[in-house]
Amino acid sequence: MSGTHTHALFVHGHSHLHRLPASTKLGALGLFVLAVVLTPRESFWAFVVHAVLILSAMWLAGLKPGFVAKRLVIEIPFVLFALFLPFVAGGDKLDVLGLSLSIEGLWGGWNIVAKGTLGLAASIVLTATTTVPDLLSGLERLRVPRLITSIAGFMVRYLDVIAGEMHRMRLAMLSRGHDPRWIWQAKAYATSAGALFIRSYERGERVYYAMTARGFAGQMPTFDAERATATEWMGALLLPAVAWTAVAVAVLA
Amino acid sequence: MSVPALEVVDLSYHYPDGTEVLRNAGFHIHPGERVALLGPNGAGKTTLVFHLNGIFRPDSGSVIVAGLPLDDEHVKEIRRRVGIVFQDPDDQLFMPTVGQDVAFGPANYGVEGAELQTRVNDALSAVGMLDVAGRPPHHLSVGQRRRVAVATVLAMKPEIVVLDEPSSNLDPASRRELADILTSLDITMLMVTHDLPYALELCPRSLVMNEGSIIADGSTRQILSDRELMKANRLELPLGFDPNLTL
Ligand SMILES: Nc1ncnc2c1ncn2[C@@H]1O[C@H](COP(=O)(O)OP(=O)(O)OP(=O)(O)O)[C@@H](O)[C@H]1O
Ligand SMILES: [Mg+2]
Repeated sequence: MSGTHTHALFVHGHSHLHRLPASTKLGALGLFVLAVVLTPRESFWAFVVHAVLILSAMWLAGLKPGFVAKRLVIEIPFVLFALFLPFVAGGDKLDVLGLSLSIEGLWGGWNIVAKGTLGLAASIVLTATTTVPDLLSGLERLRVPRLITSIAGFMVRYLDVIAGEMHRMRLAMLSRGHDPRWIWQAKAYATSAGALFIRSYERGERVYYAMTARGFAGQMPTFDAERATATEWMGALLLPAVAWTAVAVAVLA
Repeated sequence: MSVPALEVVDLSYHYPDGTEVLRNAGFHIHPGERVALLGPNGAGKTTLVFHLNGIFRPDSGSVIVAGLPLDDEHVKEIRRRVGIVFQDPDDQLFMPTVGQDVAFGPANYGVEGAELQTRVNDALSAVGMLDVAGRPPHHLSVGQRRRVAVATVLAMKPEIVVLDEPSSNLDPASRRELADILTSLDITMLMVTHDLPYALELCPRSLVMNEGSIIADGSTRQILSDRELMKANRLELPLGFDPNLTL
């Protein structure tokens, strides 16, 4: 019952990429994505550079292309949207196999697919090589307010617990003859949503008691996340540095 | 006589909705004692536990920990001295990793750096869970979570540990492992439990609570052998279990 989904993104490993402090990886990801976004859509070669960077990061981390590809499927709605663009966008038209495609739409679609895929692939590499607790403490190191990291932490921690409660309530309903296929049974769902809210609320209250019992007085303690060394930062920033160089050349050329 | 580790005097409490739960409950526990708190569902045991470190404040009566009265001035110190292990470890383990969770208590009291690390390691070793320090709590079994929950309290170096139904939901092996851990700790203990053989094994002395009052206090073996008392308080031994034949 306990959370397989929180592990779904992480791949156990001991690569250099796994070992880099989370803060440096987060910084590198942010800078890389920014570079991708700023890349002029006509500079195909720059996109090739970005893609090669991602592939080398995947190779360094020991990630299989299939793993990353499978996780890229959440991108499909955006890809569909991008495929749609050449048909609906205005401007000059191009005839391909008897279809009249908008040139502006083609560029727009390409732009979305290329940048979306690169950004997403980079995030997948990050989450595959960094555990959630490390990500949280990395964010904290990068001065994301503790209130936000704590809330994110609680969410991750209790997602499973609440999902488990929901699952048990559903089973209890089913075992007493509830049949969700019938619309008039929707009321049972509405009621159970209410019950789930109350239960989660009570859970929150008990967790708060447990925190108070151990001396909590409104301020979450900080734990020193491992401090990244200059070498580690340099290693992590190598990737966005190459990407930014490509962007600079593309823009200036 | 030594100063009691914990003294509860004439405690009364009702919930905001009017339910009267504690009625002049009183007892005391001396340093080094292991005491079981028995009683039927709804007797008020958990409510009493919440009073022992000031999470709830009584309508009347008082709680005194090692001579310190529980008031606004001493509540923080008393929370360090009285460690509570909650019934559901999912309520108690709320940090992203086991290690951070164990560190949470001492960190709130200003312990940091190497000293904090030592506290965490010592507490986790005491319950045999040092190797899971980096894992998130939701990846542990219920038995492991219960042990980590005990560690979160031990890390605060409490003078008395209060456990609310520590053996519930544990399989027989985990129940046994926890008993071994609890007996290995040299610490004053109050243990709420419905598991009467567990109480007999771990606690030489028992209190019986019903309808918000402590109505019996004595040797666990004697209490479990008193048929009248047991029946009147809805306490039942497992079939065939004879408290005078064990140990
Ligand atoms: N938040 C609350 N508001 C109102 N009444 C409550 C609340 N919590 C508990 N009660 C009531 O207080 C009484 C005592 O509850 P408590 O949880 O202390 O009993 P307990 O002895 O721990 O029982 P159990 O063995 O089932 O854990 C019960 O009648 C319960 O319904
Ligand atoms: Mg209870």
